[in-house]
Amino acid sequence: MTTTRTSETSTATDGLVGTAGNRFADAVASRRRAPGGTARGAAGRLARLVLNLRRHPGTVLAVVWLVLVLVATLAPGLFTGQDPIDGVPADKLTGPSAAHWFGTDQLGRDLFARVVYGSALTLQAALIAVGIGLLVGSLLGLLAGFIGRWVDDVIMRISDVLLSIPALLLSLALITVLGFGTVNVAIAVGLGSVAAVSRIMRSEVIRVRNAVYVEAALASGNRWSRVLFRHVLPNSAGPVMVLAALEFGTAILAISALSFLGYGAQPPAPEWGSLVSTGRNFLTTAWWLTTLPGIVIALTVLAANALSRALDSDERRSR
Amino acid sequence: MSDVTAPAPGTPVLDIDGLAVQYRTAAGTIDAVRDVSLTIGRGERVAIVGESGSGKSTTAHAIVQLLAKQAGIVRGSIRFNGTDLVGAGRKDLRAVRGRRIGLVPQDPTVSLNPVKRIGTQVAEVLVIHGLADRKNAEIAAIEALRRAGLPEPELRAAQYPHELSGGMRQRVLIAIAIIGGPDLIIADEPTSALDVTVQRQILDHIDELAAETGMSVLLITHDLGIAADRADRIVVMSEGTVVEQGTPAEVLGAPTHPYTRALIAAAPSLNAAGDVDRALEPLADEIRARVFGGAPGDPFSVLDRPVAATGFDKHAADVLVLRNLVKDFPGPRGAGTGVNRAVADVSFSVPRGQTFALVGESGSGKTTTARLALRLDDTTSGQVLFDGRDITAARGRELRELRRRIQLVHQNPYASLNPRLTIAQIITDPLTAHGLGSGADRKGRAAELVDVVALPATVLGRRPAELSGGQRQRVAIARALAVNPELLVLDEPVSALDVSIQAQILGLLASLQRSLGLSYLFISHDLAVVRQIAHRVGVMRLGELVEVGAVTDVFRSPRHVYTRALLDAIPGRGSRVSPSVSHSHHTRSGVQP
Repeated sequence: MTTTRTSETSTATDGLVGTAGNRFADAVASRRRAPGGTARGAAGRLARLVLNLRRHPGTVLAVVWLVLVLVATLAPGLFTGQDPIDGVPADKLTGPSAAHWFGTDQLGRDLFARVVYGSALTLQAALIAVGIGLLVGSLLGLLAGFIGRWVDDVIMRISDVLLSIPALLLSLALITVLGFGTVNVAIAVGLGSVAAVSRIMRSEVIRVRNAVYVEAALASGNRWSRVLFRHVLPNSAGPVMVLAALEFGTAILAISALSFLGYGAQPPAPEWGSLVSTGRNFLTTAWWLTTLPGIVIALTVLAANALSRALDSDERRSR
Repeated sequence: MSDVTAPAPGTPVLDIDGLAVQYRTAAGTIDAVRDVSLTIGRGERVAIVGESGSGKSTTAHAIVQLLAKQAGIVRGSIRFNGTDLVGAGRKDLRAVRGRRIGLVPQDPTVSLNPVKRIGTQVAEVLVIHGLADRKNAEIAAIEALRRAGLPEPELRAAQYPHELSGGMRQRVLIAIAIIGGPDLIIADEPTSALDVTVQRQILDHIDELAAETGMSVLLITHDLGIAADRADRIVVMSEGTVVEQGTPAEVLGAPTHPYTRALIAAAPSLNAAGDVDRALEPLADEIRARVFGGAPGDPFSVLDRPVAATGFDKHAADVLVLRNLVKDFPGPRGAGTGVNRAVADVSFSVPRGQTFALVGESGSGKTTTARLALRLDDTTSGQVLFDGRDITAARGRELRELRRRIQLVHQNPYASLNPRLTIAQIITDPLTAHGLGSGADRKGRAAELVDVVALPATVLGRRPAELSGGQRQRVAIARALAVNPELLVLDEPVSALDVSIQAQILGLLASLQRSLGLSYLFISHDLAVVRQIAHRVGVMRLGELVEVGAVTDVFRSPRHVYTRALLDAIPGRGSRVSPSVSHSHHTRSGVQP
């Protein structure tokens, strides 16, 4: 925390102009408040959120889709009465119909049921992956940005190395070490995103670390650990949360890709990536086996990206 | 075109009638300017005075039709040399801007194109208006820079903006404004970003140029002192309307509008020494005993519990003593082993229960000195004594112990409060940091402190963004008081605030000092403010303390030539207000900003 502050001395007068905009905003706010009541506080924030959502119907659709997927994870029975594992061999490879919305596969299993039940495995893996990436990445970024010096150097050089390896290749290498299985795939994908998260976190922490309120917290007598977790972390977490939503989409793709390659869920367990993978063998005769699960994956990734963008613009506005 | 350039004799340069400007925002329209009428005669210097949001800058920008996109003129006319500029075509406006009306913008640090040479930027005006070819324009630019008072104009013309100081850049902007030979110069807070001595030179120069060329000047300022010194006529604006106008003598001598009276009373530069509103009642004994009755640094201690021995002597005559303090910063990279001496051999002491003010311009080392006293930076050599104990090398537990006795209030209340926390959390933060009291104790104390700094209890649950600047600075003061400190370091605590709010905060600080016996180390660039609040003053220049003494002595008979220059540069010294005006209409400082 010993930054040289040679430019510090010139802030005295710079501040005058720097805060002119703030003072103006105060004046505007006080004049706006004068006639009608106050539209602030929790109710005002909620009203603003609803207003924003109405202006961005895409975000609403994305959130609705993600909620549906989440519900499918927790209670797949709500969406389909069919069994995802046991099929009726007589009905094998029938196209989409009223009885089987997504058609059936080569064993006569209902594809819609398999997609619905498969969301649990895929989403679980994606959440684990994002969780690991977020937790480890944030912690490393926080330490690198806040402590600086050699800690920063060591962590950032390691992340340089990680960033220089393609993410999928890195995940493949990790799976080779950890072994097959959905959870291992998730861990591998999560570790692959640590470097990117720590980078973002570090840059945010460096920005916040020099904020006046952080110095005020130190001058108040806070221990550095408390400054870090109470004052620096909450103010630098915003962009990382945006990245997390984005990573969630990427993680679903990566997990599906690894399952597609056969490293993830083992048959007969349904998983989005492996559904696409097995459907590939029947591509010429049964297009729905690859296309429909593929569309579900694509929509979920798009929804996560839309949510990320909405969070990002909100984050920008609140600065 | 021809009617713009050849006005009928006798018409005023500028005649604004019933101007109204609205801003359209997501939450509805705001009347930035409601009904402004003013006239500027040929060669006249008019100053518009008002606080943030009064509509003074909007008026200035409306004249040259450079309003923000969401703003629109809804009513009124702006006659320049007899021609109405409202609704004028782009071509006519272009012929006026830069050529007939020169604009000097507010912030010299951002108003120049960083990738173009100074000379080219100044010459651009002539080239655009077809008044000269590029080569002759460059020659004229050098002449204009010379007239704007820039030394070595040939050299400067070949330089880029970042190579010039703030004062020099402001002179470049003045050169751009005058090169076209305008009839009117609009100067929008031309010096509020500059040090007081530079401010004086710039304003002097604008005056000389106006006298020399006979052009009119419209000066926009928040500082009544500057307006009184520089203008033939003062126009006072508040909430988008003109509340009063007249000669400086009329406006300052016999103000008719209550807002003008409040503004005069609040302006530090117009009032005599010690004139901060000390009439504010001190805290009631009952509140003082309840809120500040605990031991220093331990507000929840009760009398039957012995206070831990800390090694601090709270009866030492001076709370803080600095001895031969030196601070070196490493020089810029690549400059060899050179160091940058920010503080050079500074010694002074802060007497108990009094205010020691450290004054100086940017780069004088006053903020660095404060940081050394707070132990936020390590000293290169010298000694810092607090309550008679050497704290120069304090660290770890000892340093945290110290933080319970010295607290800091920052300059900019817009930046010094954590935006994610509620006001209650912000005020109790130092208590939580030191593990003082239970959750309920702290909550109760936050409520009491908010009351002490005259904020309503409803702010406790809000976040900083929902408060105005003055309210935020009160929160910062409440936070600093939470641990019952003995010494407050106030780093330019009012310079980010409007003048009437400045007066309220200074009044609050004075009242707290009287009630609680607090000692202040007050950092400021504004001598007028220092005169109001300080008992002793030290003047810093280039890292050295050039003069120390009692405020009355220093102000009455400054010994150092630099102190004298600083004192002379205070605006409004020539125009004292009659005491009856400044005293009888004080705004009560405890009232909400």
